[in-house]
Amino acid sequence: MDGYYHSADLARFPEMGKGNKELWEKFSAYYAAVFAGGALTEREKALIALGVAHAVQCPYCIDAYTQACLEKGSNIEEMTEAVHVACAIRGGAALVHGLQMRNVAQKLSM
Amino acid sequence: MAVAVSLSLKARANPLEFAAEQLRILSEPSNLPAFDEKVRSAGLFPLTATGITVFQINVGKLCNQTCHHCHVDAGPDRKEIMTRETAELCIHALAQTEIPTVDITGGAPELNPNFRWLVEQARALGRHAIDRCNLTVLLLAAQADLAEFLAQHRVEVIASLPYYRAAQTDAQRGAGVFDKSIEALRKLNALGYGREGTGLVLNLVYNPVGAFLPPKQESIETQFKRELERQHGVVFNRLFTVTNMPISRFLEFLLQTGNYEGYMERLANAFNPVAAAGVMCRYTISVGWDGTLYDCDFNQMLELPTGFGAPRHIRDFDAEALNRRRIITANHCYGCAAGAGSSCAGSIT
Repeated sequence: MDGYYHSADLARFPEMGKGNKELWEKFSAYYAAVFAGGALTEREKALIALGVAHAVQCPYCIDAYTQACLEKGSNIEEMTEAVHVACAIRGGAALVHGLQMRNVAQKLSM
Repeated sequence: MAVAVSLSLKARANPLEFAAEQLRILSEPSNLPAFDEKVRSAGLFPLTATGITVFQINVGKLCNQTCHHCHVDAGPDRKEIMTRETAELCIHALAQTEIPTVDITGGAPELNPNFRWLVEQARALGRHAIDRCNLTVLLLAAQADLAEFLAQHRVEVIASLPYYRAAQTDAQRGAGVFDKSIEALRKLNALGYGREGTGLVLNLVYNPVGAFLPPKQESIETQFKRELERQHGVVFNRLFTVTNMPISRFLEFLLQTGNYEGYMERLANAFNPVAAAGVMCRYTISVGWDGTLYDCDFNQMLELPTGFGAPRHIRDFDAEALNRRRIITANHCYGCAAGAGSSCAGSIT
């Protein structure tokens, strides 16, 4: 993660509050509420977050939610499956757009 | 990533075998406030005992396993074990008090020839007895009747099982340990341990297989119960979550894998004043294999005996003086005060 991203910057995330305290506080409260146990457990939410982190390819989120998943009691097999879910959705999203390609090709072709 | 360990630090002549070297490292993490500063900011300084309810006896470093994270640096190559004379001093001291619980640990405490005598004496005094068991010891040929002995004396078994799957458990405790642990748990279940209505208590201990904090105790307990029963037909009473202490062989792991500073930061950032107020040293006295007194088993391994004028040897045991003693602390204490807190009885908050 050396280069554009720096691991140490994750701990500086709250500095975003310096630009707009009110929005940061609203975001922080919302974020905390989202990840609290509810209909889904904290462990399940961390696994979802890990998958999404890979889908959006956020290195900070990958660091944070790998650790969070371990600290919620998940194991490497479950975490790997979460990443595969992200992979399948991203890959599937590309592939299903093949229908757009087919629609356009069909319209243009004799 | 697991560090290959088959011998103790001492047998490998690793500098970390010395408490002074561990304390030197623990005093030096960059950007880490001293533990006492955090205690002071929580209004708890100086940390003092609140009265002893647990008499913990570490009967020695001999063990049939060499776990990667062991804070005792125990193993088959360690020969330090409590003599009968010291065990008798423990029982003599215990008899002068009304401390309700005797917690016997090691190494594998059952390998000490005086273990069963200690259990019998503690029970004869009407005290609750705990055996901190590594499970595989129950399968040793020389210990074939151990499980029956524990059941006969109504000993609470607190057994190490860091995860409900083999890969993680074996990574920490050694190849094949998970399967043997399951076999031992079935043996205990067959005697009634962990089953409702028997009064035979079987509690398990989870500790993280790596440089991270444990999950919420009730959450991981639910997972353990579901998976152990579904996959192996094993039942137990409660799961205790314990944080790995940054000492001894776990410290070696942290240093070798480049996780030391990050782990210490994680512990310090997760400092919880409520957990700090309930740390086990406040209600425990820990007796070493040679009779030296400590505030806890971790201080014992760091060779930090009771201080500030409190008695330092079991022969000088004075409950009055020890009940209100000031606790010796250092940066390893972050391990007990992080997150939900950690103690020999699991999370604190």
